[in-house]
Amino acid sequence: MNSEFTKLFELIISASLINNFVFTRFLGLCIFFGVSKKMETAVGMSITFTAVMMISAALSWVVYSYLMVPLEITFLEIIVFIGIIAGLVQASDTIMRKVSPGLYYKLGIYLALISTNCIILAVPLVSAGEKYTFIQSIAFGFGSGLGFAIALIIMASIREKLELAEVPAAFKGLPMAFVITGLIALAFTGFSGLITL
Amino acid sequence: MLNVSKIKKICVIASALTLTLFAAAFAGVGGGVEAKESVDLMQLAKWTLVFLAGLGTVFGAGLAIAAKRFAVQIDPRVEKVKDVLAHAHCGACGYAGCEQYAEAVVNNPDVSPNLCIPAGAKGAEAVALITGKKAEVREPEFARIMCQGSVSKSRKKFIYEGVIDCRAAVLAGGGDKSCAYGCLGYGTCSRVCPFGAITMSTDGLPVVDITKCTGCRKCEQACPKKVIEVLPASKMVLVACHSRDKGGDTKKNCDLGCIGCGMCVKVCPFDAPSVQNNFSRIDVNKCRVCGLCVAKCPTKAIADHLPVRTKAFITDKCIGCQICTKVCPVDAPFGEQKKKHEIAQAKCIGCGICTAKCPTQAIDGTFNAQEVFAAAAAKKAKQAASPAA
Repeated sequence: MNSEFTKLFELIISASLINNFVFTRFLGLCIFFGVSKKMETAVGMSITFTAVMMISAALSWVVYSYLMVPLEITFLEIIVFIGIIAGLVQASDTIMRKVSPGLYYKLGIYLALISTNCIILAVPLVSAGEKYTFIQSIAFGFGSGLGFAIALIIMASIREKLELAEVPAAFKGLPMAFVITGLIALAFTGFSGLITL
Repeated sequence: MLNVSKIKKICVIASALTLTLFAAAFAGVGGGVEAKESVDLMQLAKWTLVFLAGLGTVFGAGLAIAAKRFAVQIDPRVEKVKDVLAHAHCGACGYAGCEQYAEAVVNNPDVSPNLCIPAGAKGAEAVALITGKKAEVREPEFARIMCQGSVSKSRKKFIYEGVIDCRAAVLAGGGDKSCAYGCLGYGTCSRVCPFGAITMSTDGLPVVDITKCTGCRKCEQACPKKVIEVLPASKMVLVACHSRDKGGDTKKNCDLGCIGCGMCVKVCPFDAPSVQNNFSRIDVNKCRVCGLCVAKCPTKAIADHLPVRTKAFITDKCIGCQICTKVCPVDAPFGEQKKKHEIAQAKCIGCGICTAKCPTQAIDGTFNAQEVFAAAAAKKAKQAASPAA
């Protein structure tokens, strides 16, 4: 039992820091640069992202291990996971609109952006490839969401300060953001020796 | 409906996938299936189809049920209203965003359709048409910069080398300008403007492009010195200074500051300016944009945004009474007594005083000419009526 918890903790730390999707796998950069301009949107996006990741990881684990593995059609995983995520996002969009309109106004705009995002797709794909258990898949989804949230919040706080800095004209905007991302990624390589899985 | 299209989509994807699979199998490629001696193609294709169709059906049905069960009744007019709004999310209407305003204007009969300032009169008309309300024409408003103390015209009390932003500069002892009420010139307003209407001049003052300005008041809120005021477009003569310093101090700090001398109060034919707290302020409700104060202001603190003011000319009704030569503040009319006078176009500022004073309504061309003629005609008609009665 104890070792099980240790494994989950390691999984979360690994997904959020060591193998951070943005800084070490360079996934989800479009959203990363898109919504990291303001802290408020960054936080909203992180919350939505983590929630969707966990639910989609759980749902696709069920479909993958109870339907696709017995039927021996695991080669369909990409297309099936895309379908699952798109359906899930659409459903949560509809349900959220009815159940809590306040939350919908706050986070609804991000939901549409999420449906075909590469990180969200990467989570079930990786957990299928690594043959995680159900709980581990959810932990992996949570860790990845946490990692994305850390990345977004770090970036948003830097970019808010950057607005006031004197950046050379050629580097203004996106080029500077890429330079900063590279530097943070460099810093994140420092986590690589944290846990040996 | 979305769900039907989703099912259709999944069916299309499934059939496309099956085709690829067949092609791949015939070409001798395993299609990513884990290494096996042989692949039972028919079996595989069958299960693939069943699985995808099943998944598609489950999701389609799930979404359909969700859409029915959690349906939110949205007035279709809300969407239509949303389409005609400016989508600047500027909050000028008083609502959090365009969506909230669209909802309010459709559902609440008291919300007027002309609140979206960026969408302008056209937008207001469109909203009124959709919601069945009456659009009142709302005068456009523009941001006006109430300071002329550019870098070359004003003094600084210290050298500021911090972050180039007014909100940061103001934290350092109220900014580097000697005048505590003037524009700091670090361009915060130009950066917050969602429409790119404000640019910084080379002399360090913001310039408002009125073709782009929508009067959303973002700059007014952002300016730490409250130098920007959003005022009706037609009011183009403004005292561009907020300095509450005594006249002498203002003069020391800035070449173009209002010293509160009261000259504009004396010359104004409409009682629009008034001096309070050592600076003059023009009451926009009284101002008729004649431009007389602009010409008379000793420090040139009054800004005139009207590019060309129509000038006066004398018609054949002139009887040569010379009243116009006496009332003119700039000595533009000339001519001998009992002969038709002329107005020196170079001198005339179009203030309309002579038009108002001429006993025979012989001076035309100024902004108030139509009004003066109408008033005279009405008076004549009244006089003609009263002796008869």
